[in-house]
Amino acid sequence: MNNKFNFSSKFRFANIFSLIVFSTSFLLILFKGLNYGIDFKGGTLIELRSYNTDATSIRSILSKMDLGDVNVKKFGKEGDYLIKVEQKEKNDNQIIPQIKKTLSDNLNTEVNFRRVENVGPKVSSELLKSGIIAISLSLAAMLFYIWIRFEWQFSVGSIIALFHDIVITLGIFSVLSLEINLSIIAAVLTIVGYSMNDTVVIYDRIRENLNKYNKLNISEIANLSINDTLARTIITSITTLLALLSIFILGGEILRGFSFAMILGVVIGTYSSIFVASPILKFLKVSYKTLEKKEEKIVP
Amino acid sequence: MLNFSKINIFLIYVIFVFISSFSILNFQSQTDSLIKKKVNLGLDLQGGSYLLLEINSDPLVKEKIQSKVITLKKLLKKNNLSFSNFKINEKNLSFSVDDIEKFKLLFFARTDNLLNPYINNYNSFELDLNILNDKDIKVSFSKYGLLTINNSALKQSIEIVRRRIDDVGTKEPTILQRGDKRILVELPGLKDPERIKELLGKTAKLNFRLVSENEEFGVDKLVSETGEKLNISKRIILSGENLVDSQPSFNNQSNKPAVTFTLDRVGAQKFGRVTTDNVGKRLAIILDGKIISAPSINEAIPSGNGIISGNFSFQEATDLALLLRSGALPTPLSVVEERTVGPDLGEDSIKSGIRSLIVGFVLVILFMLYKYKIFGLIANTALIGNLLMLIGILTILEATLTLPGIAGIILTVGMAVDANVLIFERIKEELKTEKSIIHAFDIGYSKAKITVLDANITTLIAAVILFVFGSGPVKGFAITLGIGIITTLFTAYFLARHLTSLVVLNTKNKEIKL
Repeated sequence: MNNKFNFSSKFRFANIFSLIVFSTSFLLILFKGLNYGIDFKGGTLIELRSYNTDATSIRSILSKMDLGDVNVKKFGKEGDYLIKVEQKEKNDNQIIPQIKKTLSDNLNTEVNFRRVENVGPKVSSELLKSGIIAISLSLAAMLFYIWIRFEWQFSVGSIIALFHDIVITLGIFSVLSLEINLSIIAAVLTIVGYSMNDTVVIYDRIRENLNKYNKLNISEIANLSINDTLARTIITSITTLLALLSIFILGGEILRGFSFAMILGVVIGTYSSIFVASPILKFLKVSYKTLEKKEEKIVP
Repeated sequence: MLNFSKINIFLIYVIFVFISSFSILNFQSQTDSLIKKKVNLGLDLQGGSYLLLEINSDPLVKEKIQSKVITLKKLLKKNNLSFSNFKINEKNLSFSVDDIEKFKLLFFARTDNLLNPYINNYNSFELDLNILNDKDIKVSFSKYGLLTINNSALKQSIEIVRRRIDDVGTKEPTILQRGDKRILVELPGLKDPERIKELLGKTAKLNFRLVSENEEFGVDKLVSETGEKLNISKRIILSGENLVDSQPSFNNQSNKPAVTFTLDRVGAQKFGRVTTDNVGKRLAIILDGKIISAPSINEAIPSGNGIISGNFSFQEATDLALLLRSGALPTPLSVVEERTVGPDLGEDSIKSGIRSLIVGFVLVILFMLYKYKIFGLIANTALIGNLLMLIGILTILEATLTLPGIAGIILTVGMAVDANVLIFERIKEELKTEKSIIHAFDIGYSKAKITVLDANITTLIAAVILFVFGSGPVKGFAITLGIGIITTLFTAYFLARHLTSLVVLNTKNKEIKL
């Protein structure tokens, strides 16, 4: 038996900690809200490269155009700027050529329009809807998969852990006012997959140990199983984080939000597999008897 | 788990070499290779424009319901039904009729029903009847009638969009139906989509109508290209459908840009007749409700060839000719989503994507080597094999690689070693209790199998859902992530396991360290 760390003694503290962070994140998402990008809010985005200018002059040129809410900021490298124009009520197909022309005419320096995106109000609300459906569906699929592979208690535990991960990741995005766009939805889904992966490895071991040591209670079993799989949990987190850090630092500005969300997700997901998904089994009164009942059902 | 039959080993390596070899296709020039398969670069990597167009079938519905008026009135008169309060509304026709029951029978007749044909595909009539009270009736399109109108408008629009884009000469455009109202257009390499947007934004309905001298009933008041106020007869002499060709050219007299057109046989006959009868009068050429030119008819034109000398630049003449050649869109199109990436940003993205892939890969490899020594080498060999197979499968599928797709590959690199880590850690545990090393490896592999499978299926589920719901670049991420999981399972469970067995079976017990 390998019981290097006594995780179960930290469960109570961790649970209170998780509950506080989770509720804070939840309230933040509810009241501060999320900073939706044009994918979900609609509007126009222009990325341009122009040396010998600054955000202030771009802003002042655009302010004369009566575009409504305009946001100009530096974007990554020197000379790169990102302009975001809020969606107007009507879908105006002329807005992009107008902005481009005004900037080219007034900036007195060469302007290279590197990226132009325009998402209409109908499409953006559909994208948001399909993003929410995708995340909900992935949660439902996980719930179902774990329910088939394990007992329902495990399925409930893993879903609570997933909720915990998603809400806290989005809560951090809300605090930092980071943009939520399509790639963040992709990141959240990948986090769901990763966190689930981590949880499954521990659950698999819990199930195995429940059968092996039927004298131990669930806390002891959980503690034992977490320790058994701890090396793997840490090593896999490290290799995944190495890959993600490489994207975060070298992958360019477009992938930055995505890789940041994933880094958060991997850290939180690893934490939740140990400190959220496992203690829940205790609350749900899992014991070796839970497993036996199921086996009896299967064999007629 | 460590014993492989010769046939198994043979199969594993044949599959591996076969799939991996496809990855080479991406690194050689395509002209001299036998198999022309390649991973396509997404618009975010090669630069280009993505447009999502939406048709608006409302004007068409209005037009179609109006076209029912004559048939409907004929039917009422023929059957001696008296009607009153006949009104043409936006989407329906309303009137009062004395014998509703009789009208209903006629309205829903299965055979020879000119007014309301039965659509066999949908088991439904084209029109619906809404009886408001004992004599007031509303006739509108049924759900399936609307669907039929919408679908044929969409199909036709796609065709016209294709013709217009092909005519501009963009390379390898993709034009696809998306849902029941939308058309997706991808134009690789296009830096500025404004001209295309402008061309697609015009319905290009062309009419020839006579200019009327008096302000009688049945005229439209339009302003000509020179600012003249003209009364245009509502009767359409000829429409764009009768056009077979149109080219930009120059007017011989003024030397200004103009557009020539050629009519089909029916069109030429009609045009000849009208021009013969109306010499001296003026003919208005109307595009999308605007007069582009209103010349006087100097003589009869029986040849079916004509020239439009409006007030336009050569570029405008070229575009007009293109629009007339390609035909009119059945309904107006609007751009509901647009994404354009410049070629230099695409290049930058490829560079930073590849750079982070290499760095991430090297970091993971070094870490595994440090952690597991000789078995780290095995895991790393499996990882390289994994990457080759992943690119091989992407090549076989001719999948589209996007920037998030590259991120998916890097993430696969980070997560792929998990399978081997799980197995190695399990073996380590078994080694503590098991005396025979071979036995320990054997048990380790079989016990870890279920866990590895469970753990990877969860990620696969997420990838599949993302593939179904994601759009554009995000779909590219789902593809690489999903395929990455499959290649990971293969390389960990066959390739790495075989390599492990070679090491374990060929070294003496004491020398093995994990």
